[in-house]
Amino acid sequence: MSNTAPLARYRTMRRIRSFEERVGELFLKGESAGSMLHLSIGEEGVVGVTDAMRPGDSFTTHHRGHGVFLARGADPARMMAEIAGKATGYCGGKGGSMHIADRQLGHLGANAIVGGGIPHVVGAGITARNRGLDHVSVAFFGDGAMSQGILYEAMNMAALWRLPVVFCCINNQYGMGTRVDRSAGRVAFAERARAFGLAGAWVDGADVEAVHRMAADLLAGARAGQPAFLELSVYRFYGHARMDKSPYRTPEEEAEGRRRDPLATARGALLAAGIATEAELDRIDAEAGAEMDAALAAAIAAPAPAPEAMFRDVYAPGTPQPQPQADRLRAILAEGSAA
Amino acid sequence: MSTTTYREALRQALIDAMTADADIILLGEEVGVYGGAYGVTKGLIELFGESRVIDAPISEAAIVGAAVGAALTGLRPVAELMYVDFAGLAMDQIANQAAKSRSMFGGQMGVPMVLRSQGGTGRSAAAQHSQSLEAWFLHTPGLRLAMPATVSDAYHLLRQALTQPDPVVFLEHKGLYALKGEVGDAPDAPWGAPAIRRAGSDLTLVAWSRMVHESLAAAEALAGAGVSAEVIDLRCLNPLDLGPVFASVARTGRAMVVTEAALTGSAASEIAARIGEHCFDWLEEPVLRIGGEDIPIPVAPALERAAIPTAALIADAARWLVHREAPPWA
Ligand SMILES: Cc1ncc(C[n+]2csc(CCOP(=O)(O)OP(=O)(O)O)c2C)c(N)n1
Ligand SMILES: [Mg+2]
Repeated sequence: MSNTAPLARYRTMRRIRSFEERVGELFLKGESAGSMLHLSIGEEGVVGVTDAMRPGDSFTTHHRGHGVFLARGADPARMMAEIAGKATGYCGGKGGSMHIADRQLGHLGANAIVGGGIPHVVGAGITARNRGLDHVSVAFFGDGAMSQGILYEAMNMAALWRLPVVFCCINNQYGMGTRVDRSAGRVAFAERARAFGLAGAWVDGADVEAVHRMAADLLAGARAGQPAFLELSVYRFYGHARMDKSPYRTPEEEAEGRRRDPLATARGALLAAGIATEAELDRIDAEAGAEMDAALAAAIAAPAPAPEAMFRDVYAPGTPQPQPQADRLRAILAEGSAA
Repeated sequence: MSTTTYREALRQALIDAMTADADIILLGEEVGVYGGAYGVTKGLIELFGESRVIDAPISEAAIVGAAVGAALTGLRPVAELMYVDFAGLAMDQIANQAAKSRSMFGGQMGVPMVLRSQGGTGRSAAAQHSQSLEAWFLHTPGLRLAMPATVSDAYHLLRQALTQPDPVVFLEHKGLYALKGEVGDAPDAPWGAPAIRRAGSDLTLVAWSRMVHESLAAAEALAGAGVSAEVIDLRCLNPLDLGPVFASVARTGRAMVVTEAALTGSAASEIAARIGEHCFDWLEEPVLRIGGEDIPIPVAPALERAAIPTAALIADAARWLVHREAPPWA
């Protein structure tokens, strides 16, 4: 393992954290589209998985997917603009934080339906198989989706057809206010996957290098026809969404959870291994901060989508789009109903 | 009578009903410790305990299915879908199980459950958390459907829903939880009867849920423009009792049906069709439907607002219909 990869992963994790902090600022400035903003702070270790993916690989995420997408090469300015509901955003300001997607980068879509994006990777696996492509598709989802039936239907199909698919559960210990031990009779998620015939593994998500080693193995296996499940154990540092102050957990628990900090862990490891100095890491931090400050400013300055944009892209370009209500009323009232 | 909120009236209805009937249980995501995503069930787990206020995993199909089973065996469950947009995950249990059991099994057993949920726009909650899906339930024989617009109805319709022998889908509006008002006496009207919220003589506006308030604001603006609009709140869409609407249209000769839902295939379409069938001889103008645009709800706040009817749009369309005054945007 070269030294540049761990350092690059640290940089990506720092960029995610800085980005998410700016999303928080966007909300506080009243510039976000709504308050349903789910920060992935504390979950940056997922970079170990995204770093094991290749160009051409595809993925879906849940509603807490900013970090995954950034790590897969997203432009933070376009992401921030989407979160602000601006025309320059990835989806033209129509999707928002919970619905960012970018086909070019393999992002088949973030989802606001818990479990909604999981089966899409099965379909992507069929595409890869039928076209003879060496592509893996990864579904990222939370522990909450472990309660959705569709996960089990999808895992069974992946195992049955030996598809190049990885199910990645980012277990941040909570689904909204419900701790995992209040939503599962037995919290040993990888076991469930193994029972379906998948390779199933658990890893400490605070240790990005451990995540990366594990993910590299599982993705290689998936490419060779052994679909897999990986649980990343992490802690959700903040509330579920921006309005949630997490009254259902104690300050002691939160303090303990925030000690499982992927950035602090990586920083310590890089220093201990002599891969980077404090000054070098500080510079990376500062660069990430400046990059995300610029993304925030650009998003705030960006124009809102034009009202008529909402009638576009409901169907494919060049095919009839929905008729605006104003046109319908005009046809009835001004031109007479036979017009 | 003291002023309360729509949210608090719903909560009080649950408390009063659960106090009176030990068979009522709540089953849903975050209904217990969290107190409900919109705070409707706050404190109920402390009042009634974990066996009656049940925090469920994120498993909508099984939540509704378990409620069906509990109802079949003697309890009166209130299942909750945090957003009506999640009905898709549970639709088999709602439409094929809850709705059909009584008829399919020859009347042997009913499913006396309430499915509480909330819908609508107003929070930039985007395409999968902002829909108005009442037509899905209206299109399913065997279900009742209530959609309170006022604080008083929030209380009384929920209490009434909890006495029904058949499954009731009870749809709240996320934009109404903070609405202030008083809980009046129990309506002497039967379950489902529409309420005339404002009397008028030129035009009948038919609405439910949040669109009642937009219609009332439109009627107020119209009064200043010399148009007298009657506003009828349907309150329940199944049973759909349009008698008072037909009587109103017989007097006004004009009708507009207003919905927040995507218009095509909406409840407004059904209601407009019935008005057309029944009131043909009295109508001076076509029955007009005003609805949400036929698009997924965009997240951008300005687009979200533009995607659904406002009081201004309703008033503009009404003036056009009554006085043939085309609005500037037309
Ligand atoms: C089908 C469905 N049910 C419920 C919700 C409401 N909801 C949104 S996020 C969430 C918790 C999800 O927890 P988890 O999957 O662990 O993801 P996390 O938020 O912890 O990242 C819930 C219940 C939803 N969006 N979709
Ligand atoms: Mg979680």
